[in-house]
Amino acid sequence: MSDLQETMMDAVLAEAMRHDFGSFTEADAARAIAADALQPADFAALLSPAAEGLLEQMAQRATERTVQHFGNTVCLFTPLYIANYCVNACTYCGFNCKNQIHRAKLTMEEIEREYEAIAETGLRDILLLTGESRVHSDVAYIGEAVALAKQYFATIGIEVYPLEVEEYAFLHEMGADFVSVYQETYDRKRYAEVHPSGPKRDFRYRFEAQERALLGGMRGVGVGALLGLGDCRRDALAAGLHAAALQRAYPHAEVSFSVPRLRPYVNHAERDAGGVGERQLLQIMLAYRLFLPYAGITISTRERAGFRDHVVGMCATRISAGVKTSVGGHEEEEKGDAQFEISDPRSVDEVLDMLAARGLQPVFRDYIRV
Amino acid sequence: MDELVIGKQTFHSRFLLGTGKFSMEKTAEVIAASGSELVTVALRRADMGARGNILDYIPKTVTLLPNTSGARTAEEAVRIARLARELGCGEFVKIEVIPDSKYLMPDNLETIKATEILAKEGFTVLPYISPDLIAARALANAGAAAVMPLGAPIGSNKGLLTRDFVKMLVDEIDLPIVVDAGIGRPSQACEAMELGADAVLANTAVATARDVVAMAKAFADAVAAGRMAYLAGPGRVLDYEGEASSPLTGFLAD
Repeated sequence: MSDLQETMMDAVLAEAMRHDFGSFTEADAARAIAADALQPADFAALLSPAAEGLLEQMAQRATERTVQHFGNTVCLFTPLYIANYCVNACTYCGFNCKNQIHRAKLTMEEIEREYEAIAETGLRDILLLTGESRVHSDVAYIGEAVALAKQYFATIGIEVYPLEVEEYAFLHEMGADFVSVYQETYDRKRYAEVHPSGPKRDFRYRFEAQERALLGGMRGVGVGALLGLGDCRRDALAAGLHAAALQRAYPHAEVSFSVPRLRPYVNHAERDAGGVGERQLLQIMLAYRLFLPYAGITISTRERAGFRDHVVGMCATRISAGVKTSVGGHEEEEKGDAQFEISDPRSVDEVLDMLAARGLQPVFRDYIRV
Repeated sequence: MDELVIGKQTFHSRFLLGTGKFSMEKTAEVIAASGSELVTVALRRADMGARGNILDYIPKTVTLLPNTSGARTAEEAVRIARLARELGCGEFVKIEVIPDSKYLMPDNLETIKATEILAKEGFTVLPYISPDLIAARALANAGAAAVMPLGAPIGSNKGLLTRDFVKMLVDEIDLPIVVDAGIGRPSQACEAMELGADAVLANTAVATARDVVAMAKAFADAVAAGRMAYLAGPGRVLDYEGEASSPLTGFLAD
């Protein structure tokens, strides 16, 4: 393995700033839709206002591309929050350390009962989440939870605070294979505004987390922007370029996108959702699919069932089911408050029935760890 | 009787079907329609959680060809192959080593390494490769039971883009050549068989059809027709222009 590609961040950010979304025409977007391999300018054209009138054509083409790379399969997983202690003060987040919410951290016994309940639904792929607190949820604790998860699940992903290469290597050894870290916004000024305190203020350290994870032996990494936090077109452009740069530098890596947008949250319900509507969200997802047809796209239960059902098979390749965003809640009584509200509370069986009705094949495990 | 022999086993069908991308309940019906006697299964996806295991839906009358998809190195492929054998999948294994998440191109070098190890362990090894004559020769030397060159980038449905390179393998390698990947339509499968391929494998092209059972049958018939045409010896098709009416060798006296 090589060392960290220190020039990646500057190159990605420079490329993301280079394109003027107002300069594209519908013809540019149409050419991008028809192209076999998209250049960054094509990707920017698809994210631009000029492509809004071609959403249907983008959807048609994205469906073809998704079938080409993923067939008719959709991976199923569920997230589990094991702790919500946090030292960051992200202004948009329910786990913000300034928020007076119920904090909790599950014990290994409690975690195991959650695993049992989740495994009972048939799922084999789990995503473990914590807030950022090296005191309350240190790497050893996460590692223990991962090792325990191995007894119940085939695939283990983690969505925790950014770590060092050696720490990722440790968690990989314990059984984790996928790491998601979301940059939230690629606009450095906005990033500084919404992260007033805590270790998360370090933009570069977060940006390079995926690389450190891959250097630590992880199989795949997820990137994404929290849409609505900054200019969502610019953030989507940067996230796409970030993913492309990672795949280029680490060709074996599986890169994937998540597309969270802001939702109402505890203590701050008066704030709006950042103005990212479904149409805009879909445009971004389709642009991701056309730019990087091989990349996975996860659709979370932040979105309503009707939206999720239509984007699987079209651009999304991974869907969560049976989700609780509170700490515990599958088997244990809910111990800590939720990070955000969910819009699709369907059980695993209900999601399976939906996939079957749409002619899609569920994949419970997509990977054998050997 | 025109038979396909791979390793120690004889097959009458020359169409290999991939499973796992259509509903498990339909598996037996689709396999029956395809006439396939050798079906691939992605071991990594076989476990369908509460819905059971794909392996339980495949009729015992067909031979299983577990693949090592997900492997990025020879070592990983070897381990997955051994796991497949432990799980009762038999001796056949399709080696896939893919260290490229963008184009999903196989690593021929690692594939050769894995083939050598597994052939020595008694596996009947069918390696999936980019069609390269030199790699195919090395695979033959390493103990492969067949060679599976790709017809086009996987999933692309572009057909036999690698035609000339596959033809080299057909002509030069004394092992069954099974065209795998990129075959999106029965006509393309037929073309590969006319060219002299010994068999064709398809999965997504069947699984994503509106009528999966009917498409399985269509592929089976196309493969059979292509084979028949190959055996019949296609009539000569001249390239570009007719034969010169004054042959260059017309000066010869005897």
